[in-house]
Amino acid sequence: MLKIRDLCKEYQDLKVVNHVSFEVRQGSICGLLGPNGAGKTSLIRMITGITRPDSGEVILDGKAIHGNGNNRIAYMPEERGLYKKMSVGEQLLYLCRLRGFDKKEAEKRVVWWMNRFEIQSWWTKKVEELSKGMSQKIQFIAAVVHDPKLIILDEPFSGLDPINSNLIRDEIIRLRNEGAAILFSTHRMEQVEELCDEIVLINKGIVLLNGEVGSVRQQFKEHLYELKCKKELPPSILDNYEISHIDHCTYKFFDPEEKKGNQILQSMIKEDIPLQSYREILPTFSEIFIKTVNQSNNE
Amino acid sequence: MNKLGLIISREYITRVKNKKFLLTTLLTPLGILLFILCIGFIFSYQSDKQYLVSILDQSGMQIQAPDESRRFKFELSDQNLPDLKKQYLNHKIDAVLVLPKFAGVDVKDYTAYFYSDKALDIEMEAILEKTILKRVRQEKMKLLSFQEETVSKLDTDIKIDPEPISDNVKDKSSNTGKIATLLGGLMGYIIFFIIFLYGASVMRSVTEEKVNRIVEIIISSCTSTELMLGKIIGIGLVGLTQLLIWIIIIPIVFMIGTALTGMDESQMQQVAQQGQMMNQTMDPDSILQIIQELKQINWLKIGILFLLYFLGGYFVYASMFAAIGAAVGDDVNDSQSLTIFITIPIMLAIYISFSVIREPESTLAIFASIFPLFSPIVMPSLIVFDPPFWQILSSLIVLFAFAWLIIALSGRIYRTGILMYGKKASLKEISRWLFTKQ
Repeated sequence: MLKIRDLCKEYQDLKVVNHVSFEVRQGSICGLLGPNGAGKTSLIRMITGITRPDSGEVILDGKAIHGNGNNRIAYMPEERGLYKKMSVGEQLLYLCRLRGFDKKEAEKRVVWWMNRFEIQSWWTKKVEELSKGMSQKIQFIAAVVHDPKLIILDEPFSGLDPINSNLIRDEIIRLRNEGAAILFSTHRMEQVEELCDEIVLINKGIVLLNGEVGSVRQQFKEHLYELKCKKELPPSILDNYEISHIDHCTYKFFDPEEKKGNQILQSMIKEDIPLQSYREILPTFSEIFIKTVNQSNNE
Repeated sequence: MNKLGLIISREYITRVKNKKFLLTTLLTPLGILLFILCIGFIFSYQSDKQYLVSILDQSGMQIQAPDESRRFKFELSDQNLPDLKKQYLNHKIDAVLVLPKFAGVDVKDYTAYFYSDKALDIEMEAILEKTILKRVRQEKMKLLSFQEETVSKLDTDIKIDPEPISDNVKDKSSNTGKIATLLGGLMGYIIFFIIFLYGASVMRSVTEEKVNRIVEIIISSCTSTELMLGKIIGIGLVGLTQLLIWIIIIPIVFMIGTALTGMDESQMQQVAQQGQMMNQTMDPDSILQIIQELKQINWLKIGILFLLYFLGGYFVYASMFAAIGAAVGDDVNDSQSLTIFITIPIMLAIYISFSVIREPESTLAIFASIFPLFSPIVMPSLIVFDPPFWQILSSLIVLFAFAWLIIALSGRIYRTGILMYGKKASLKEISRWLFTKQ
């Protein structure tokens, strides 16, 4: 659905986006990751058409994007706010009509979303009377009210309590399931693991990693396995298979050839040691992020 | 409605519906009404106190005491000065005027002495001076054996009546220059006031959007040029609305005010006469003629040109204000150091306009009426002097071409500036934005 092809942007001789290419499929959530100053916001602004690339192309549904005001895209920036003196209803209507809808259609859409979030009573409330969490909901509605094909969310959960976080998360998943492509920028790696189907990691304007969440984790696996038993392993097994202790009855071992696991289990059966759990230890996204970014910074 | 129209309508409606707009729009004419009422009260005020002045005439001219008025009573006294001073100290009289001996026809200066602990009243001084002057003149004529009738024949009122040479030039009266000066100054000042007031309003609005962090949401739906222009046009329309309301309300308020205070044209003349005491430049008799001449002015032409210069000037300065609003950081007060680049040309223009209404055909007047940073304020001041058509046309062409250029340049600063958060941009950065590709 979204194809980024060889995108470049330079400010004052500094390449903030350097030959970036990736794709976001229809009905998927792609995590856009990177340290502060990696070029994420510059990249997003080019995708939304707010700024123009020096070279390269942004293609949505087979059509190149030129300039902003594209009604197929939704954008919820990290630095976001609302007109404080305007009422919630007027504000949402205005933002929806800026997307090209007439007053009647805009009203229909805004009412639908307000009913969905059960905030109908806020229509006449001024934005300055709302809490940060309440404002975030309005900003989310403002971003997606026009049923976009591509939704770009920059730190959508910042400042939200767990209840509102869940509400927005469920909406993001629903929109994904209904076919929208979602580009989701965040620094919270647990959200990446929970929500994203694929990721793009950039640093200094260059794509360092790109792929499906599972395959990226596989790519970074260290062939470590965790074993939990119902009683302690005898020293004979520990020494024989170079198993190290993690915690009480919990162990880990290195098995690059994927043979050791079966042998350990056979030994445990012989010694009549019941198995509680057995899993491959895959790196967290936080670890992958730190490792990849550090490596790139040291190069 | 297209996006630009939507932005204009939001900017316009939110401001016009704002209580502050209603208060300012209605309170200004009320302030004028209050001013008229105060003036009316001041001139209709009648003090109960009548000042009694004793005149000790030692001049030998046998002066006659001036007529008694509501405020003053003059009495000739045959007592000596120490006795009169005692009467003053006993509050029986308010002042003593001593007229020393008149030395004859060769006297060039004659000083009378006014004894009182209170300051000499300006109106009383005028009455006394007039009375003494008249008597001294009569005395000198007597000594020189001149006849009053003969001397009066020497007095001639001189007037210079401007007459046109070409057939297509309108005949002007001697008051035309005064009217043009008054009206020109007023129009220049109104444009200066509107540009500054609403231009600054555009800047505040841009900064607020930036500080509120809504700007990025908006420009993902429209272009930055649409947003900037929408804001400038919307706020400009608010200014025009306010001006229109004032044009309707202020004359009504003026009429109500004069009706309430009971001031007629002669009293207005009196107001002018009072003003003349401080400023001797205007003949109070000509005020009525000026009012008559104002009715003969081509208001339609002036109105159209005023509107065109307002629009051109507003677009030039408001887009500069918008660029500054976009260049400041999160602190709204940051803008002060940058607005000096707008304040200086505007202030220069207003001073130039004060100068050129005295010399409307000077080189400075022609230059300033065409230079686009000055022309929106200077040219309206000159319109009443009927500048040549080529001067008006070239001034308008230069102004609107410059407005287009400045909108394009400000748009470049604006589109980059609104996306920069945090600190205020330096001049170096701002100039770099002019050449940055978006």
